[in-house]
Amino acid sequence: MKLLRGSISWIYALLVFGFILMPVASLVVFSFQATNLPLPPFTGPSLRWYEELFADSGMVEALRNSLVVGVVSAFFSTALGFLSAYGLARYRPAGARAIRAAIMTPLGVSYLVIGFGLAITANELALGRSLVLVTLGHIIINLPLAFAILLSQMRDEDETLEKAARDLGANEWVVITRIAIPVVVPGLLAAFLLSFTLSWDEFLIAFFLADFDVTLPIEIWSQLRTGLDAKTNAAGTLVFAISVVALTLAYVLNRAVQQRSRRA
Amino acid sequence: MINRRSWQGWVLVGPALLVTLVLFAAPMVMVILTSLYRRTGGTTNRTLSLDNYLRLATDATIHQALLNSLEVVGLTVIFSTLVAYPLAYIIAFRVPAKWQALVLLLTVVPFWTSYVVRSYSWLLVLAKNGVINQTLQSWNLIGEPLTLANTRFATVLAFVHFFVMVSTLTIYASLRQIPRNLPLAARDLGASPFYVFARVTLPLSIPGVTVGAFLTFVLAIGDYITPQIVGGGNELLLPQLLMLQVSRRGDFPLAAAMALVLLVIVAAVYAVSAKNLTLERKR
Repeated sequence: MKLLRGSISWIYALLVFGFILMPVASLVVFSFQATNLPLPPFTGPSLRWYEELFADSGMVEALRNSLVVGVVSAFFSTALGFLSAYGLARYRPAGARAIRAAIMTPLGVSYLVIGFGLAITANELALGRSLVLVTLGHIIINLPLAFAILLSQMRDEDETLEKAARDLGANEWVVITRIAIPVVVPGLLAAFLLSFTLSWDEFLIAFFLADFDVTLPIEIWSQLRTGLDAKTNAAGTLVFAISVVALTLAYVLNRAVQQRSRRA
Repeated sequence: MINRRSWQGWVLVGPALLVTLVLFAAPMVMVILTSLYRRTGGTTNRTLSLDNYLRLATDATIHQALLNSLEVVGLTVIFSTLVAYPLAYIIAFRVPAKWQALVLLLTVVPFWTSYVVRSYSWLLVLAKNGVINQTLQSWNLIGEPLTLANTRFATVLAFVHFFVMVSTLTIYASLRQIPRNLPLAARDLGASPFYVFARVTLPLSIPGVTVGAFLTFVLAIGDYITPQIVGGGNELLLPQLLMLQVSRRGDFPLAAAMALVLLVIVAAVYAVSAKNLTLERKR
């Protein structure tokens, strides 16, 4: 009986994992297809579509745009998140609860509505669509997350260090740059990498706000119109690989952060 | 002194608040304002009126899209929970503790693939000559290939694929918080394994189910990509109809009213379930 229950569990788990992994597996496997269609039978392995991908100037351009938008927006989300988390935790300004709620609110609104709101606002102000607008859009969707991560990292023990430094004559600038920032470096990196990954993948806001210069998800989207194409598989696999690298880094750093909290 | 510190605090949170005000609050006000305008002919009439809301209340196409959305998302919530619960249970109680983190990591692989790419990869699997059809044909289970892509089935399947991951995580978190001695005590007092599950384990894991279902609902109802790529244009969901107003008709006012309907639905679901939305153990 016990054995039967055990094997039913394993069969069920295997089936669900098959379901979870099947699309990703199809994507990656058929990116190495030697013929045109990314459909069975598998004719590879071949790197042909990766070569074509890097020969496609539109794709390479979009890849570069995505990297720039991701890095710049993640930097600003993290910086703004840090300043506000630090200000709230250390200075406990009047209305702290309201401030926290205000910064967190965008998290409860779907990207569709945020993107649409930014698009009509830009339209009203006669601002042309551009990658700058996309970057601004990505800053606002990632700010609440960066803020929440960093607020969870503000610990009272660190405040003691800061007080000691002030007693020894350090001014606010020195306290922030020499103590407050260094002690939350893992949290800052985790917030940055998560923001980067979400910007890197983001479609709807970029779709509303980008013009001729597009990000990678938009470029892939426009290639979908031509139907199934092994080159799209190669692009998708590349996006997947970069996300895996960024998220693995974030995961490792997050573990370091948690170990730090546990020690404390 | 306290006032000065409070003031310094405001200086530090100021930039984030300003950014939130300019990039979030102002656009939301614009959405509300725009929903009160009217698109007539090729121009936008800026006299405020409730015309768009009247259209939302009476237009059959819009009703159908809203109904489609609620049905698709409802099916998604039900099936993701049904698939995720046993998986979370197996991971929490059958997989050895040191392997659990790794197995959970495998569960979230779909999250690591990008949004557009994930939907595209379902097309590879579901296409006329895609992985499923070719496999079934090679086993002689079917003669003609099945139409799988561009259907409601495909949309729900692709949604369930993503949200199984979300619900597995939240249900797992709930199951792990159940003190092990509660089910053991029930067993010692003579309860059958099924009775223990139905009266002890399941009720204690309901918070995880609720949080997972809530996240699924909120994220799926506003999604445009999955229905558009996998489900095709055969039956429109509300976000697809909204995008049509923007891209084809340039009818921003009607689109704005639809966006607010989406916001209100999410807010209503949040209000109803807010007090149950916590994974922390009640003490």
